[in-house]
Amino acid sequence: MSSTDTKPSTAVLDHDKVADQASSYVAKFERKETLVQRFQKFLHHYPIAAPSIVLILAIVGFSMIVGGRFLHPFNLSLILQQVTIIGVIGVAQTLIILTAGIDLSVGAIMVLTSVVMGRMAVNYGIDPSLSILIGIAVGALAGFINGLLITRLKIPPFIATLGSWNVFFALNLWYSKSETIRSQDISSIAPLLQWTGQTIDFFGARLTYGSLLMLGIFFLIWYALNWTAWGRHVYATGDDPEAAKLAGIRTNRILMSVYVLAGVVCAIGAWVLIGRIGSVSPQAGTMTNLDSITAVVIGGCSLFGGRGSIYGTLIGALVVGVFRNGLALAGVDVLWQEFTVGILIISAVAIDQWIRRGTA
Amino acid sequence: MVAQYDKTPVLQTKNLVKRYGSVTAIDHADFELYPGEILAVIGDNGAGKSSLIKALSGALIPDEGEIFLDGKPVSFSSPMEARALGIETVYQNLAVSPALNIADNLFLGRELLKPGILGSVFRMLDKKEMEKRARNKMAELGLMTIQNISQAVESLSGGQRQGVAVARSALFGSKVVIMDEPTAALGVKESRRVLNLIKEVRDRGLPIILISHNMPHVFEVADRIHIHRLGKRAATVTPQTHTMSDAVAIMTGAMEVSGSEEEAA
Repeated sequence: MSSTDTKPSTAVLDHDKVADQASSYVAKFERKETLVQRFQKFLHHYPIAAPSIVLILAIVGFSMIVGGRFLHPFNLSLILQQVTIIGVIGVAQTLIILTAGIDLSVGAIMVLTSVVMGRMAVNYGIDPSLSILIGIAVGALAGFINGLLITRLKIPPFIATLGSWNVFFALNLWYSKSETIRSQDISSIAPLLQWTGQTIDFFGARLTYGSLLMLGIFFLIWYALNWTAWGRHVYATGDDPEAAKLAGIRTNRILMSVYVLAGVVCAIGAWVLIGRIGSVSPQAGTMTNLDSITAVVIGGCSLFGGRGSIYGTLIGALVVGVFRNGLALAGVDVLWQEFTVGILIISAVAIDQWIRRGTA
Repeated sequence: MVAQYDKTPVLQTKNLVKRYGSVTAIDHADFELYPGEILAVIGDNGAGKSSLIKALSGALIPDEGEIFLDGKPVSFSSPMEARALGIETVYQNLAVSPALNIADNLFLGRELLKPGILGSVFRMLDKKEMEKRARNKMAELGLMTIQNISQAVESLSGGQRQGVAVARSALFGSKVVIMDEPTAALGVKESRRVLNLIKEVRDRGLPIILISHNMPHVFEVADRIHIHRLGKRAATVTPQTHTMSDAVAIMTGAMEVSGSEEEAA
C-alpha cells in the first residue's frame, strides 16, 4: 500500500486525472439486436404478451380445425363457464405466488367452505346469505392459519400448505360426513347458493353469474395490486423480502393479508363451485389445486415471486380452457387433453426462462 | 452549504454502550455529526463501527448512553422510528426492489395517495405525482441520464441503482443520511459519479455519515473522519491535517492521538 504514503490531495488529483481519461463507457459490448432479441425484449417488457399470443393462436387454430362450432358464442361462453372456478382460485394462487409462495391448500379450502355453506343453509336452516358469509369467514380463518404457519413458525409455504391441505381436506370429510348435499335440497331450501350457476343470455352467449363474479374479482384484485400501496408491497415482498423490510414494509403483515385474502377468494370460489355443479360434494374440485397453479404459470407469473400480472392468470386459465374445449370438440381422447396441458406448463416455464436469459 | 462546527451537532451520541454477552461492541462511544458536513466513519473490521451505525439508524438498541438529534435526546426501537425522525439510511445492499420501477422504489413504503375520495376511500395511488417528484429529485441530483422513470430498477447499472437509493434518502431524509459502503460494489467511473452525488446531497444541506473502507474515497469527499477503534472513537481527523497512512495508523493502533477532539468533548 504505497499509495497511502502520498498526501491525500495529490492522490485524489491523480485519481481524477486517470478517471477522466478513461473511456466514458463503463463496459462496452458489440450489440446488434436481432429480430429474435427484440422479440425477447418485447416479451420481457410485456409479461402478458406471451400467454396472449398463445391464446390467440389457439383460438385461431381451433376455429380452423373444428370450424364454426368452436367460435359460436354459446361455445365461447361454455369455455368461460368451464374456466370460472379455476379463474377464481387462480386469483388466490396468483396473490400467493407473487409473494414467492405457493398454496397447495386452495382446493381444500374451497371444498371445505362449500361444505360449510351447504350444511349451514340446508342442514341447519341458517339464512343462505349468512351461510355464505360464514363460509367466507371459515375461508379467511383457513388462510389465517396458513399465514401463521408461514410467518410465525417460518415453515416454507410449500410444506405448510401441503400439511394444511391434508388437514382441511380431512376436516371437510369429517364435517360433511362424506355425504353429498343434493341439488334438489339446495334449490328448495337455499337457492341463493346456486345463484352463481344461473345464466343470463347475452347475444346467444350464456353467461353465468359465477363468470361475472369471477371477472369482478379479477378487476378488484387488479385494482388492489396496481393502484394501492398494498399491491406495491405485495410485489416488493415477493421480489426481495429483505429489501422490502429495509424500505419499511412489514412483510409478515403483507404475507398474512395475502393468505387471508386468498382464503376469502377460495370461499367465493366455493360459492361458484356450488352454482356450477348444483350440489355440495366433499369430493368436488380435487384437481383445482394443480389447475390453479397451471393457470398462474401459463399466465406468465414467476414462481420466484414479484413478477407477473393478475390478468395473465385469467389468460392462462382461458388458454387451458380453450385447449381442453377445442381438443374435445375435435374428438380427441381426454388423455391427450392432459398431455397438452402438461406440454403447455413446461413450455410456459421454458419460455419464461428464455425471456429472462435474453435480458439479464 | 459549509459545515457549521459552531452549531449544535445534528446527531450526537454520548457514552453509548452495547454488549453482546461478554463482547462489548460499543464501548462508551462518543460521536458528533455537524450540520452541512460529510463525516466519514472508518475502522478496522470488528472495531464496532457497524454497531455504532446500527445504533444511529435504529437497527440496534444501545444498553447505555444517549443519542441526541438536534440537541434533543431521542431513542428509536426500529429503523422505522429513526426514519420518521428524518434519519435515512442507504444500505449496502441498497434495499431496492428490482422488479419495481424507479418511481415505485423511491416511494416504496411511503406511497402518496390521490387527494379526495379516491385516496381516502379507494386508497388509490397518485402515480402521476410520485413520478413527477421522482423525476424532479433525480434531475436535481443530476441523475437524469436515467431516461425513463418507469423503467424497472433491474435494468439499471450498479451505479444507477445506487443513485436511486441515494435519491430516495435525499427525498425523505430531513436531518441525516447514513450511507453504508456506497462505492463498494462499483467500478472506478461509477464510483466517481456516486461520490459526486454524495457531495451534491451535502451541498443541498443534508449532513452525511459515510461508512467506507475505501481510503481514497474517504479522503476525497469527507470533511471530517471519525476513526473507530476498539468500540469507541480513537480520533477525529480531517483530510487536511492527516494523511491516509496516519488514518490507517490510528485505526490499527500504531499511532496514538493526543489532543484530539476527544478530550475537548
